[in-house]
Amino acid sequence: MANHTIAHDVYVPFLEKKGIWSWLLSTDHKRIGIMYLISISFFFLVAGVFALMLRYELLTPVSDFVQPHTYNVLFTLHGSIMVFFFIVPGLAASFGNFLIPLMIGAPDVAFPKLNLGSYWIYLLGTLIVLIALAKPADTGWTFYTPYSATTDTDVVLITLGVFVLGFSSILTGLNFIVTIHKMRAPGMTWHRLPLFIWASYATSVLQLLATPVVGITLLLLITERTLGVGFFDPAKGGDPVLFQNFFWFYSHPAVYIMIIPAMGVISEIIPVFARKPIFGYKAIAYSSLGIAFISFLVWAHHMFTSGISDIAATIFSFLTFLVAIPTAIKVFNWTATLYKGSIHLHSAMLYALAFVFLFTIGGLTGLFLGALAADIHLHDTYFVVAHMHYVMIGGTVMGFFGALHFWYPKWFGRMFNETVAKIAWLFIFIGFNVTFFPQFFLGVQGMPRRYATYPAEFESLMALSTYGSWILGAGIFIMTVNLIAGLINGEKAPQNPYGSLSLEWQVPSPPPLENFEEIPHVTDWSYGYGKKK
Amino acid sequence: MTWIPEVASNLASKVDGVLLLITLLSLVFFILITVVLVYFAIKYRRKREDEETPYITGSEPLEIIWTVIPSILLIVLFVYGYVVFKDMRTPPKDSVEITVQGKQWLWTFDYYNGKKTINELYVQYNRPVRLVMEAPDVLHSFFVPAFRVKQDLVPGRYTQLWFTPTKIGTFDIFCAEYCGTGHSAMLGKVIVLSPEAYEIWEKGVKADEDAGVASLPPAELGAKIYKEKGCNACHSLDGSTLVGPSFKGIFGHTVELQDGSKVDVDENYIRESILEPQAQVVKGFAPVMPSFKGILSDEDVTALVAYIKTLK
Amino acid sequence: MGDASVEHSHGHHMDPAVEYSSSKLGMWLFLGTEILLFGGLFAAYAIFRAKYPEMFFEQHVELNKKMGAVNTCILIFSSLTMAMGVSAIQRGKQKATAILLLITILCGLGFGVVKYFEYSAKFHHHIYPDTSIFFSLYFLMTGLHMLHVFIGLAILGVLFALTIKGKFTAKYNTPVEVGGLYWHLVDLIWIYLFPLLYLIG
Repeated sequence: MANHTIAHDVYVPFLEKKGIWSWLLSTDHKRIGIMYLISISFFFLVAGVFALMLRYELLTPVSDFVQPHTYNVLFTLHGSIMVFFFIVPGLAASFGNFLIPLMIGAPDVAFPKLNLGSYWIYLLGTLIVLIALAKPADTGWTFYTPYSATTDTDVVLITLGVFVLGFSSILTGLNFIVTIHKMRAPGMTWHRLPLFIWASYATSVLQLLATPVVGITLLLLITERTLGVGFFDPAKGGDPVLFQNFFWFYSHPAVYIMIIPAMGVISEIIPVFARKPIFGYKAIAYSSLGIAFISFLVWAHHMFTSGISDIAATIFSFLTFLVAIPTAIKVFNWTATLYKGSIHLHSAMLYALAFVFLFTIGGLTGLFLGALAADIHLHDTYFVVAHMHYVMIGGTVMGFFGALHFWYPKWFGRMFNETVAKIAWLFIFIGFNVTFFPQFFLGVQGMPRRYATYPAEFESLMALSTYGSWILGAGIFIMTVNLIAGLINGEKAPQNPYGSLSLEWQVPSPPPLENFEEIPHVTDWSYGYGKKK
Repeated sequence: MTWIPEVASNLASKVDGVLLLITLLSLVFFILITVVLVYFAIKYRRKREDEETPYITGSEPLEIIWTVIPSILLIVLFVYGYVVFKDMRTPPKDSVEITVQGKQWLWTFDYYNGKKTINELYVQYNRPVRLVMEAPDVLHSFFVPAFRVKQDLVPGRYTQLWFTPTKIGTFDIFCAEYCGTGHSAMLGKVIVLSPEAYEIWEKGVKADEDAGVASLPPAELGAKIYKEKGCNACHSLDGSTLVGPSFKGIFGHTVELQDGSKVDVDENYIRESILEPQAQVVKGFAPVMPSFKGILSDEDVTALVAYIKTLK
Repeated sequence: MGDASVEHSHGHHMDPAVEYSSSKLGMWLFLGTEILLFGGLFAAYAIFRAKYPEMFFEQHVELNKKMGAVNTCILIFSSLTMAMGVSAIQRGKQKATAILLLITILCGLGFGVVKYFEYSAKFHHHIYPDTSIFFSLYFLMTGLHMLHVFIGLAILGVLFALTIKGKFTAKYNTPVEVGGLYWHLVDLIWIYLFPLLYLIG
């Protein structure tokens, strides 16, 4: 735990102290970050298996592997676990925890005990959902009423688990905001902060402000099921669409919680492996804040066909197009960073470049859904499924894998096999596109989503998508094995194998307890590549 | 493989215009970014470990250009999408009005002349139709890809959508809002008839749709009706329990009713269940089956009975 | 310049000034999330009141204005004693702080007792959370608020225990101030709830 008595001339890597309780009771942000990493990775794989199962069912138009009810449970669990256990906590809780104090030159976060508490609350939330699996919900991760208020499955426990997970999110966001405000090293002005910090800040604001709303929404759903409250029940004077409004008020900002940290990661990886300063630092920094702000104003673009008024639909469509602008700016700036660089296509860089390419597709396809007339046709079809996976996998997961490969030496003090990593990347890149690109066409052709069985005319594209999922699964498997193998017998990592100028690379790999022997005094930003001394 | 369903309504071609413009603009930007990305990644590959790189941090003119130009294009897309949308939300005053009910897991259509159909919506070529829709149980969504129309059905209120069919033929209806176990079985058809055929249909003679099936043996006809009229959404063939009892092996069985009494599943019981479903409901099932009186002819009912008899 | 001065302030890596301002910022941020949590309910209130004004007007008379008013006075008074407690510890007056904290806690408990009688009376008259939208809002909003009163009491209880142990001084009293902020929020939310539920029309 907290020690002020370490001798500063003896390097004690934070991984040194062993024993499970030294981890579970550790208030060291680096250990907490790794515990989150292990947990979210585990759930990512579990939810991924559910996805492979449901895609396997979809190989044929009829129910042969599982019955419709089971299929509906599969997509509910896949979505809920992916969203609430993996991707929302995801990059923020794992990489944010590990990197933020290091990058700003601080020994730890503002509230280390609260940080540990947040992790325990996360575990509690997952435990509650585990119990809910006795009679798993079949509502979809969006829990729309009236179906979620009346279905016979266990909705109360799973939403209660999500409610608890929300607390973890809120407290982590709070911790990070205070840390970034109050604990920057001397000389670390706002405009010298790494862009991952700007991204973490914007994400934390979203976590803080948006999560309470889904908290109260799910609480209301629980009271609807248990106490007979009728806010969403037309028979009692309520309105089912009110649930959608409450739900998306949180869940739209939530998707930016998912993507902004990944964007931060890309902003860190590209300069290092191109040996160029990030192009347009201020544009990227402020666009993160801009996206966070506008994200609160677009929620009803998920509801254009729900029965909202034409005026509301028009306003939300307009604002949705607005949020595309800061997003596009980032893509242009990342691309420009490569200009006249000295580019090393390390696996981390491959993930970063894949992000730019795939996220561009994801973002552009969002335009189809923001345009009113087009969305009417495409809403609730496979087009939406494809769009969301392009931004969540092509975006966030590429960022997550990129971060894993980039900071791996720093976290674990080891190197992994770079050749195998590249092979895994190739499988993942190809597999992902084969899985999800056909789904755009399926959507345009009218194939609705959440269908356990489907008309025979869609079979060939659906089967192709399933084959893609096998390639993607294989790639993730290879990547996982490779990274774990590196932990066991990878060569020892040097302090700064890639020549980064960021603070976390100026301490040993892995970093010692309390990070810095002496709190650094910062005199420049961390993107001074190519600068003449 | 077709890229997009056929254009079968007046609104479809307009929506396709919006889709096309967004596709073109997206392609332009996608190709631009990809080409530049790949080009830079190759051209500026690291050749020596110690090679120098220029200290370029940004360019204000570029930032302005690539903010302003996309902004303008995005506004264009928004306006175009809005303009077509407005049209999709403004039914003509002389539209034919049909009431739609979506419930787990079938569609019922009530026409202005008292007719009622299940899962098949009959409309006339080139005549605007306004659907007034409601759902008694959970959310559903009425979606006809060939018309490019979609609208949720919300318990507690009426929603609407309109279209003018511009092609004669049969087009799929899908439920596009997840509504439970039978969501993907909640299928229907829009049948667009020529004015002459429509007139015949209106008058109550089931001409066109029966043409060609009159010669099927009863059990085969029954199998066809089982699927087309939506029985499959609630009654399985394999013994699994859906909304209603499974048909597997049911004929000749004895079932227990809500009030505890027992009844044999014979021809009469089946017929009564189809025409007066609330009369003798099997214990453990909700009384939600709609009546098919006026929708299925005597011949249809007989065919269904024959079919059910074959299900062991 | 660089602060190698890591003072041993209660297991933290921060000097006391930074710890103090961090704790306050942290609490203000947390209060923001509480406001958003209740905000959802206030939004539901606004939406349903606009939809069913007569229901709100007719049914709110069932609420006991007297008990509500008593509770309002109790909470406002408790905020006063809380503020006085913070001021006392800032001047190092441990005993006074302990007494004021105790009074605040008793007020909170009193609030709970009044609420107990209020709810019992409702149930006795067969008014439950599912009786109508208005009463759903009543029970949910006051119920969630009551939960926060209990959480506040737990916090104050811990602060009281630590105060009599002598843990807080004029130099170090951040938890008291931060706990006070929480209690003030609990009071503030009630001040909005009371008129909106009990006094409209």
